[in-house]
Order: sequence, then C-alpha cells, then structure tokens
Amino acid sequence: MTKPESEWTWKELTVGNVILEPGNASQYRTGDWKTLKPILNKELCIHCGLCYIFCPDMAYNLNEEGYFIGDLFYCKGCGICAKECPTGAITMVLEEEEK
Amino acid sequence: MGKRIGMEVSIAAAEAVKQANVDVISAYPITPQTHIVEHLSELVANGELDAEFFCVESEHSALSVCLGAAATGARTFTCTSSQGLVLMSEITYIASGLRLPMLMIISNRTISAPLSIWNDHSDVMSIRDCGWIQFFVENGQEVYDHVFVSYRLAEDRNVLFPVIINMDGFILSHVIEPIELIEQEKINQFLPPYQPLYQLHPDHPVTMGAFALPSIFAEAKKAQEEALLSSIPKITETWKAFGDMTGRYYNPVEIYKAEDADTLLVTMGCFGETASVAVDKMREGGKSVGLVKIRLWRPFPFDDLKKATIDAKQLVVIDRAISVGACGPVAAEVKAALYGKDQRPSVYNFVAGISGRDVTSSDFIKMVDKAEREMEEGNKEGYEIYGVRG
Repeated sequence: MTKPESEWTWKELTVGNVILEPGNASQYRTGDWKTLKPILNKELCIHCGLCYIFCPDMAYNLNEEGYFIGDLFYCKGCGICAKECPTGAITMVLEEEEK
Repeated sequence: MGKRIGMEVSIAAAEAVKQANVDVISAYPITPQTHIVEHLSELVANGELDAEFFCVESEHSALSVCLGAAATGARTFTCTSSQGLVLMSEITYIASGLRLPMLMIISNRTISAPLSIWNDHSDVMSIRDCGWIQFFVENGQEVYDHVFVSYRLAEDRNVLFPVIINMDGFILSHVIEPIELIEQEKINQFLPPYQPLYQLHPDHPVTMGAFALPSIFAEAKKAQEEALLSSIPKITETWKAFGDMTGRYYNPVEIYKAEDADTLLVTMGCFGETASVAVDKMREGGKSVGLVKIRLWRPFPFDDLKKATIDAKQLVVIDRAISVGACGPVAAEVKAALYGKDQRPSVYNFVAGISGRDVTSSDFIKMVDKAEREMEEGNKEGYEIYGVRG
C-alpha cells in the first residue's frame, strides 16, 4: 500500500476490492488494539521459545542475543505468552501513551 | 432464422445454459426450479455438455461453489426458488460485492409460512438489495434469450456483476411454449469465452474477499453502487446487440398502448401478458388504458419508468409480493420514481396473485375499475390485497 487506506477515494479501488499485493496484511498495525503489553525479565528467561510457539499472532521473534521478543507492532496484548511462560519471565503491564 | 419448437420453458432455460457453454453448474433441486437442474444434470451425465456438475448438500453451498468457481475464471450457473434462495442469501451479497459474474435463474415461489409451493415474488424480494442485476421475464422466449444476454453483460469488463433472471414458477416454468432456438454459431459470436479481470491462480496470487475497516468500507460500497448504476447503458447496449442478431429487442421498461393512456397498469413478470389482454378488452370498451411492464428490476430504471408513466392520470401498480408492514415493493419504487414531480399520476397499489392464486384478464379489469372508482371518491393512493375474502 502506497498510502494509508483512510486516504483512498472510491475511484481508486480495484474492481471487487481485490488485493493484488500478496501478504500486505503485514502492513496492518494490529498492535494498537492492545491495552496490556508483555515485558520480558531476561534473568528468568530460559530461552524455551514457548512464547514464540503459543503467540497466536506470530509476533515473537528471536533476537541476536537469543531472546524471544514480542513485536509490539503486531502484539494485540492477549497475554497468552505470559500465561504459558514456565518461569514467569513475562509480565503484562498497562500500555500507556508515550509522551 | 433458428428453429422454432415447442418445449417446456424450464427445459428451454437449461438448453440455453448448455448453449452458453458454461463450465460449472451447482444447484440444489427445489420446486419449481427442479426441471432446469434435472435437465442440466442429464446433459452433463450424457456428455452433451462439457461442464462440472457439483452435487451439494444445500443452496448455500450451491452458490458458494459458483462463487469459488467464478473467482477462478469459470462461467457458472445456478438456479433456485423460495426457501432455497433464502438459504443462499448470505452468498448473494458476497458475489456482487466481489463483482463476480455468474447467472442464477429463479423460478419464483412463495416463502413460507404458511408453507406453499406456488408462485409469487416474495423470494426475490427478500434479496432485493443484494446488488445483482435483476431481470423479470414474461414468457419462455424471454427466459431463453436472457441467458445469453445475462452472460455477455455479466462478463463485460465494464459491468462485472452477477445476474438474476426471475421467471414465475409453474405459471411460466412448467408451461410448454414455442421457443425460437438460436444457431450455436451465432451464440458463439455473441458470447465469446469469459476473460476474467482478476482470477484466483497459484501463479499470480491475489486476495478476494478481504475485510474492510470503517475507514474504507463506505468507499468500497460507493464503488459498487456507482458500478451497478452505470451498468444501465451497458444493459441497453447488450439488448441492442442481441436484437440486431435475433430481431427481438428488449427495454428496461416495456410499454403497451401506453402513450396516450389516462390509466396505466404497471406489472412485472408473467402478469404482463395477461394484463395486455385486459388492456385490449378495456380499449375495445372505449377506456383509455395502457400497460407498463418493468423488465429491469435492479438497477431500477427510474428515468425510463418516469418517462413511461409521467403523463398518465393514474397508475394501477400490481405487486406479486408484500413488504409486510409497508405495501407492495414495486409500488414503493414507482412512488419513489415519481416523487418530486409537480404533475404526477396517483398510484393505486394492489397485491395480487400471491402464492399462485390465478389472476385473469377480468381481474385486471376489476382492479382498474376499482382504482378509478376510489380515485373519483378522493382515495388516490390506496393499497389493498386484491380479492381477499372477508
């Protein structure tokens, strides 16, 4: 998408609203649905990857240090990662507007 | 000129679908549509028609199969009636929203309750706003002809909409009429193979049926609405091309002895032929009566209807369905078309012939007489169910 959909006019839409660009759902920021965000305590993390496996939005990625970190652009704040973490390394905290 | 032979109208419809060389048929049998789907099933089973015939467990699935097949670029056909159409209704809106061309013939039948298998227009009125191009026809030749018109129109790159042909169940679907068949070579010329604008294909992935946020949904609907409204010139063009090929020309609104008439009957579907007999009888008796028949139901031909009716004193609109709690759906549209004109005819609305009750030419005469009497007594905009006891 070259511009936000809120700027598209009806004349610019494809016939039947067909999407011609495969995989462009990745441009959709589902992260702004959440009220709680996951915070990782690296001292408790055992790198098991259960957060990565259970995340329904596949928002977790392995970073260079070997930790699985939730991508807040996609994370909807469901808290499944915190629930499943066997060492309690993930805490859900209220996401507040950044000032 | 093609051969003119007597055949059941449902069989003629199926033969037209065969001649249109469809790729995929999916339909679930329901009275009174059954003969169409049975005959197509035979044609495929006998190898006379090279198409996939999908047996499904419900009408919802029948239209879903057609939708999926149309998305891959297949020419598809389905047909149904009554409860079957209601079960399909969810998918009708999706087919038009996705702008997928296909054809559905509806053998119009009453919706339960009370349970009834007979004819009226309550089934299609339940999906009036589904966004398909919707025709009403009044005889077997028109059914046969409109199969070719519909596919050419639906697949036109400037149209790309699914099309419904409404034919009255039993009263039309089950009668034997002379049908002039068109030579296959002519049809092949009139209806070239379907070239989809977008199609589901593994080599060129696209997404159909994605969701839309509130920030873009209104734009998507505006685009659909504009496309359907602007299909009217393409519809008339397609009829013109068909007429040049066969000599049979069609119009959004057909008129019969209407130009100078004080009172106009307004009908849709099979009523038209019977009403024209009534008009002849009333003309013989010196009455200034004519007939206006609505062929194109969606997109509604407001301009043509206004032009055909504006000079009359009174319209007697006959509906074959009730919008329970309002009036007849055709009358509501006719009134909307005339609203805002300083000089306009009054509109008297009868609901008649629901659930297949016979409406003869003398019934039309009685309705005109009643409407004229009511107008003289000052009741210009009446609404009633004709012939109801008590």
